[in-house]
Amino acid sequence: MSAAVHTQTRDPRRPVVNPLTTGQLPRFVELYVLVGSAIVSGGIALLMGHHWGTFVILGLVIYLVALAVLSTMAESRRKAVDRIVRSLVCIAFLLAIAPLISTLATVAIKGIGDLNWSFISTTGGAVFNPATLKVTISNGALQAIVGTLEITGIAALMSIPVGILTSIYLVEYSRPNQLMARAVTFLVDVMTGIPSIVAGLFALSLFTIIVGPKAFSGFSASVALSVLMIPIVVRSCEEMLRLVPHDLREASFALGVSRYSTIIKIVLPTAIAGIITGVMLAIARVIGETAPIFIAASFTNNFNANPFNGPMQTLPVLAYTGYKFPSQDIAASNASAWGAALLLVLIVVILNIIARIIARAFAPKGAR
Amino acid sequence: VSTNESGFRSSAEPFARSGAAGSDTTDPRTPRGAGSARAKVKSRPADRIFFGLSFGAATLILVILAAVALFLIIQAIPAIVASWQHNPDLSSGPTAGYSNFWSYVGPLIWGTLFVSAIALIIGAPIAIGIALFISHYAPRRLAGILGYLIDLLAAVPSIVFGLWGIIVIRPLLLPLTTFLNHNLGWFPLFGGAASTTGSTILAGAVVLAVMILPIISSISREIFLQTPRLHEEAALALGATKWEMIKMAVLPYARSGVVSATLLGLGRALGETMAIALIISPSIQISWRILTESQNSQTIAANIALNFQVANGLQREALIGTGLMLFVISLGVNILARFIIGRTGPGTGSKRKTKPARPSVAATSAPIESAALSMAIIDQPEGAQS
Repeated sequence: MSAAVHTQTRDPRRPVVNPLTTGQLPRFVELYVLVGSAIVSGGIALLMGHHWGTFVILGLVIYLVALAVLSTMAESRRKAVDRIVRSLVCIAFLLAIAPLISTLATVAIKGIGDLNWSFISTTGGAVFNPATLKVTISNGALQAIVGTLEITGIAALMSIPVGILTSIYLVEYSRPNQLMARAVTFLVDVMTGIPSIVAGLFALSLFTIIVGPKAFSGFSASVALSVLMIPIVVRSCEEMLRLVPHDLREASFALGVSRYSTIIKIVLPTAIAGIITGVMLAIARVIGETAPIFIAASFTNNFNANPFNGPMQTLPVLAYTGYKFPSQDIAASNASAWGAALLLVLIVVILNIIARIIARAFAPKGAR
Repeated sequence: VSTNESGFRSSAEPFARSGAAGSDTTDPRTPRGAGSARAKVKSRPADRIFFGLSFGAATLILVILAAVALFLIIQAIPAIVASWQHNPDLSSGPTAGYSNFWSYVGPLIWGTLFVSAIALIIGAPIAIGIALFISHYAPRRLAGILGYLIDLLAAVPSIVFGLWGIIVIRPLLLPLTTFLNHNLGWFPLFGGAASTTGSTILAGAVVLAVMILPIISSISREIFLQTPRLHEEAALALGATKWEMIKMAVLPYARSGVVSATLLGLGRALGETMAIALIISPSIQISWRILTESQNSQTIAANIALNFQVANGLQREALIGTGLMLFVISLGVNILARFIIGRTGPGTGSKRKTKPARPSVAATSAPIESAALSMAIIDQPEGAQS
C-alpha cells in the first residue's frame, strides 16, 4: 500500500530531485536583471526624452519589481524578500558613496584652477591700477592659512593636555562606579553633542564679558574649538588607554613602581600610537569648523598673525564668506572660496592619512 | 583598533565597567582604583601632583560645561527680558517686528526641528542600510575599507558640503521639485510656489542627511556587530534567509542602539549651520512647505550665522538667546540618546552573558571571564575590530 502511494507521488522515469537545490535562480541573477532593467529603462527614457535621473530611478524600480517577480515565481516569497532587501542595502551603500565621490570631485575640479603658489603665498586684495583706472581683485589665502594654523594649533595645545589627563583620570585613577567618574563620562558624552555654533557663542560671550564688546580674536576662536575638541580627545584616549593590557600595570606594580611612574613609563608609551591617532583625527575634525570661528574670530581680508587682537581669517571662513559675502568681483570671490575649500579638504585628508598610518604602523600586537 | 570617530561611547563599555566593579571585591588581582593600590604603595609627592593634575583636568570638563551654560545665560538674559517693541535696538534690524523674545525664537525652533526631522527621514533609513551592508552583507575583507570610506564622509568639513550643495544638489533636485509640486501639490509639504533656483528646504535637508549618515551608520554598525554570533547562527540553522536572520536576531538586539544612534544623528543635524545657511533661502516663519523659496522656515544656527555680523548690541544678545535655546534642545536630545543606550542598550539582562565582548572588556575582566570572552572574540566577524 505504501509503495503504491510512493509511485503515485514520484514519477520513476524522472531523476530524483534534491529539495534543497530546487527552485534556485542562477548565481548572478541580480546582475542579469540589473542589465536587463537598465536596457529597458534606457529605452523608455530615450523614447520619452527624459532626464537621466528618471533613467536611474526607473531602472531601479524595474529592477526591484523584476527581481521580486522572478524570485517569487522560481523560488519562494521568502527568498524574494531576501533578495529585495539585499539589493536595497547595496543601493543604500551606493547612495552614501555617491555624495562622497561627488563632493571630493567637485571640490577638486572647482578648486584646482585657483590653487596655485600665489594663492597660498599672498594675502590677496584689491589692486588699483591708476593707468587704466581699474580695480583688479587678486585672490590670496595666506592670511587664512596662517589663521587656521594658529587657531587650530592653540586649540590643540589647550585641549590635548586636558583631554589626555582626563582620560588618565578616568582609566587609571577613578573607580568605575565613583560619582565623579560617572559624571565626567556622562558630561563628556554630552559635550560631544554641543552644536559647534553654540561653542562659538560661548567663546564670544566669555570674551565680551572679560574684554568688552568687539572682542573678536583668534584666541577666542581657539577657546571655542577647544570646547569641541576636548571631548573627542578624551573619548579616543580613554579607549586607547583601556586597550593597554592590565598585566603590564600589574607587573609594574609588583616591582614596586609607583602609580605615577607606571602611567608615564608603561601605560602611555604602550598606548602612544593610538593616542596620536586620536589626536590627529580630533584636529582634522575641528580644523574644518566654520561657524564657531566665524562667530568668535569674525573675518577679515587683512593679514593678522596676532591671535590675541582683532579678527582673524581662516580657510573655512574664507570659503564661507567668498560665497555668502562676496566682493564686487563675485566670480573671483567664489573662486577663492573653492580654492580655500580644496586646501581645507587636502589638509583634512592628509591629517587622516597620517593618523591611519600611525595607527597601522604602531598598533600594539593583539589589538588588531 | 576601533577609533570611533563619532565620539560615541560604545555600549560595551558601561558593562565593562560594571563587570570590573563586580570583580573588585572578589578579585584581588584588580589593582584598579586609587584605594587598594595606595594602601600598599608609599605615596610620593610626584604621585599626588600627577593625581591632582588629572583630577583637575576632569574637574575642568565639568567647569567648562557649566561655563558654556552660564555665559550664554548671562549674555542672553537682557534680550530675553527686554520689551522688544519699545527697545530701539530690538525694534530694528534683523529682530524688528517681534513682540518679545519667544515670538522670535518660536518659529526658529520650529524650523530647526522641521529641517532636522526631514533630514532624519531621508538619512536614517539609508544610514541603517549602510550599517547592515557593512556588518552583514559586504565581503568580510572589504568591510573594513568600506567602513572607512563612510567614516571619511564625517571628515569632510561642513562648509565643503555647503558649497557642494549649492552647485550640485540644488540643480540636481530642481526636476524633482517641479515634479512633486505639480503632481503632489495638494500635500502640505509640497505646496506653495515651487522654487526656480533650488534653494529649498528639501535641498538643505538632503545635504544635511548626507552629513548625518556617517554618525548614524558607524554607531549602528558597531551595535549590529555586537549581536551574539550564536543567535545569528541559530536563526540560520533553523532555515531562515539572511533577511529573516537579521529581522529575528540582529534588529531586536540592536533596536535601542539604533534609536539612540538616530537621536545622536538628530543632535548633529540640529546644530548644523553652514550647509543650511548657504543653501536654504529662508524667512522666519512657521511653514510646512519644503519646495518654496524665501518662504522656508529658518533654523536657529543658520539664522545666527547669517545675522551675527550685522547685529548690534541687544540684537546680538537676542541671537545668543536663540543659541541658548539650541543648546538646551540639543542637550536634551543627547541626554535622551545616552539615557536610552544606557538603560535599554544591548546586553542588558540575560543577554549580557552571551554578548561577545571587545578586547577592552577582556583586558579588565577576571581571568575565567576573559577566557570565555576571548573565545567570543575569535567568534566575532573580522570587521568588529578593524
